[in-house]
Amino acid sequence: MGVLVAELLAGLANAAALFLVASGLSLIFGVTRIVNFAHGSFYMLGAFIGYSAMQVLPGAIGFWAATLVAAVAVGLIGVIVEFLVLRQVYKAPELFQLVATFGVILVIQDLALLVWGPEDLLGPRAPGLKGVVHILGEPVPSYDLALIGITPFVLLVLWYLISRTRVGILVRAATQDREMVGALGVNQAWLFTGVFFLGSLLAGLGGALQLPKGGADLLMDFNILASVFVVVVIGGMGSIPGAFIAAVLISVLNVFGVKFIPQSTLVLMFIVMAVVLLIRPYGLLGREEAPGEHGQVGDPEQPISPLQSTGKLVVAGILVVLALFPIFDSPFLLVLMTDVIIVSLFAVSLHFMLSLGGLVSFGHAAFFGGGAYAAALLVHYVDTPMSLALLMAPLLAGFLALIIGWFCIRLTGVYFAMLTLAFAQLVWSVVFQWGEVTGGDDGIVNIWPAAWASSTTVYYYLTLVIGVGGIILMRHVAHSPFGYSVRASRDSILRAEATGINTKRIQWVTIAFAGAMAGLAGGLFVFSKGSVFPTELEIAKSFDALIMVFLGGVKTLSGPIVGASSLTIVQDFLSRFEYWRLALGLLIILIVILAPEGLVGSARKLGNRIGLGRSEGPGT
Amino acid sequence: MTAILEVKNLSKSFGGIKAVQDVSFDLMEGELLALIGPNGAGKSTCFNMLMGQLPPNSGSILFDGKELVGLPTRKIWQYGVGRTFQITATYPTMTVIENVQTALLSFHQRSFNFFSRAKTSYLDEAAELLSLVGMADQADRPAAVLAYGDLKRLELAIALSNAPRLLLMDEPTAGMAPSERIELMALAGRIVEERGLSILFTEHDMDVVFAHSHRIMVLNRGELIASGSVEEIRANPRVQEVYLGGGSVFADEGAS
Ligand SMILES: Nc1ncnc2c1ncn2[C@@H]1O[C@H](COP(=O)(O)OP(=O)(O)O)[C@@H](O)[C@H]1O
Ligand SMILES: [Mg+2]
Repeated sequence: MGVLVAELLAGLANAAALFLVASGLSLIFGVTRIVNFAHGSFYMLGAFIGYSAMQVLPGAIGFWAATLVAAVAVGLIGVIVEFLVLRQVYKAPELFQLVATFGVILVIQDLALLVWGPEDLLGPRAPGLKGVVHILGEPVPSYDLALIGITPFVLLVLWYLISRTRVGILVRAATQDREMVGALGVNQAWLFTGVFFLGSLLAGLGGALQLPKGGADLLMDFNILASVFVVVVIGGMGSIPGAFIAAVLISVLNVFGVKFIPQSTLVLMFIVMAVVLLIRPYGLLGREEAPGEHGQVGDPEQPISPLQSTGKLVVAGILVVLALFPIFDSPFLLVLMTDVIIVSLFAVSLHFMLSLGGLVSFGHAAFFGGGAYAAALLVHYVDTPMSLALLMAPLLAGFLALIIGWFCIRLTGVYFAMLTLAFAQLVWSVVFQWGEVTGGDDGIVNIWPAAWASSTTVYYYLTLVIGVGGIILMRHVAHSPFGYSVRASRDSILRAEATGINTKRIQWVTIAFAGAMAGLAGGLFVFSKGSVFPTELEIAKSFDALIMVFLGGVKTLSGPIVGASSLTIVQDFLSRFEYWRLALGLLIILIVILAPEGLVGSARKLGNRIGLGRSEGPGT
Repeated sequence: MTAILEVKNLSKSFGGIKAVQDVSFDLMEGELLALIGPNGAGKSTCFNMLMGQLPPNSGSILFDGKELVGLPTRKIWQYGVGRTFQITATYPTMTVIENVQTALLSFHQRSFNFFSRAKTSYLDEAAELLSLVGMADQADRPAAVLAYGDLKRLELAIALSNAPRLLLMDEPTAGMAPSERIELMALAGRIVEERGLSILFTEHDMDVVFAHSHRIMVLNRGELIASGSVEEIRANPRVQEVYLGGGSVFADEGAS
């Protein structure tokens, strides 16, 4: 009994940081409809700044003062980020917000590295709360008890702010009816900035408060991101009490998980989320999202048409050049180009569902990594020949996509995106924790191509044929009746259903098809590297693909290829420098703000302006 | 004449609002039936229930003897019902003719075909529908750039792509110039005659209603308050009172 109570208390203490970060995220989403992926970075900054402040401020008073200093400082940093970056993307589709906030993540990562260095910092113990208290004979850290007290206190303060003050009433009005705030004559820009301040402050407070338990390190931002999103989605986006309930639920579940089923703690969290969303698609206390919240960026998408003869010639020319690459006799170049083709295939598969299907997936890595692991496991355990493994990779990834898609198509917009992200994390956590089968963190190694394809040149040609073949297949499907039904289901569900199209089934098949093609890319990837690690399933991998699609231009068919190639090459170049994330992050933010139609989209616009293209003609 | 559509005791409320109350009517084969009523009377709600986009609270809808209540929209389309929307629903990222082709592909059950070329499928059929509604010359323009009246006509072409036996048109002429309205409803009349289908439509313009409908039903606050020929409706004092508050349009009509 005592043990159970101690576990429960540990869970409640862990809930503190999670709740603070999640409530900030939820608050920001509720009012601004921005999903701030950089929220984990604010949490990390809270820890670092808190650490530095605690070095200068002495004693117990200093500890708590430093915590508050950190919170306010992070709140102000949030205001700067809001002012410089997010103001530009409030009305843009989710993808733009993701990309912009991802740029912020990269920038903050390198700035933190610059200021605090690469070493993990051990958090100072809270003065006066260093000991343990015995409850029912079990030792419970005093600081845990303090955290357990602080969480409901913050909840109460937030509740008071929101339900009892004028600003709070405005916030509530904005959460429920965004038109109304304008009608009330409130300066919406200031309301948004204020909410961002409060939301970031909460994240910073969470980061500073967990210092005595976890310290500060450079991986904190991504590490907390998945759990925070799970909490926000379970609780209902925009609901602070929901975030509280979910944070407690997840944290308590976690400590009991560690106690009783240590192999599946991570998995457990995502399973709970899937179950909650099946029963209540908008979370425990969330409300259905009104469709059509997001506006358009740039000109409307133009109709597509298959390549005409000039276009075909250009493609043929590019293919000939690609086929001639081995004459340079540079293994480095061939390896890079193999990578480029594989990520292009991956990006095109995401583009198919995201752009043509309007299904904004934040978890496409599940299928890339899924295909990679399928091939690797088949080779590792049953000595499957490479060709069969390359066939099974897309099939199994497609099957995984069928399962995940079955859940996800019930939701739309941000909720769809969050659920795909959670499922990708679920797959990641299964692979990560099921060490006996998947090798866990150590991955699966020694997965080399068949003897005939073992030279870099032959494998390059193999990748070229399969990769380009996959891309051409997807383009072909885009122009098929199915491709048109996919776009119809995206453009107008109302019209599509009223003309006999089963839009949900179309979307389901779209996810499966895109997943299978991502799996094919994953299969090619494994044999090119000879190994696979859980990193191929990480959030960052999904974000990479999203950024490639965005960079090339969402509304163009050739965009993902251009985006994937340029990002891979730029990354390859930049990563030689120490602070390449900073450069890449700034570059991404600049592109979001200055050229939101991406490379191909902007080039086309420029071409139209100087009179090259037809203004109304079909796009490429 | 037999009834193609038999609606019995159809009701729908939203929270406390009784949007449609106990509405019953029949629509005959080859009939052009108008449903009129002030804004918020429940006309669009009726259409949404007929097309399966809203589940009614109670009542029954028989189309050609088959119950439609509980069926998904796409099933109702397969039975042979087409509709246009008060706020047009088309595919803005496709060209005009592709909009129609996509509907035709669905009608021919090829929505899940991965291999043939959509752009060259059912070109003739699509072109024919477009010339029927007078949109042939705009076939290759993106739907996103069309004028509102043209979108309405495109929607009509799409709605005809399953060779429907019943066409539901919710304010088909909203946003059109007066001459265009007359033209469009004349077209609807021709389609009814040539193809033998039946049309139920709502309309604000009384000129259009009186000139083109075979029969008129009047809805007010969710309730059917009158039904009859053009002359009967014109003469109905209750209609004059509720619908127009003894309004002037009827008087003008009578005078002209
Ligand atoms: N989805 C809905 N939710 C709540 N109320 C609705 C909804 N659709 C319509 N209503 C209400 O039902 C009534 C009838 O609306 P509607 O059928 O659109 O009228 P009409 O088409 O005759 O102008 C109105 O009071 C409207 O506000
Ligand atoms: Mg209406």
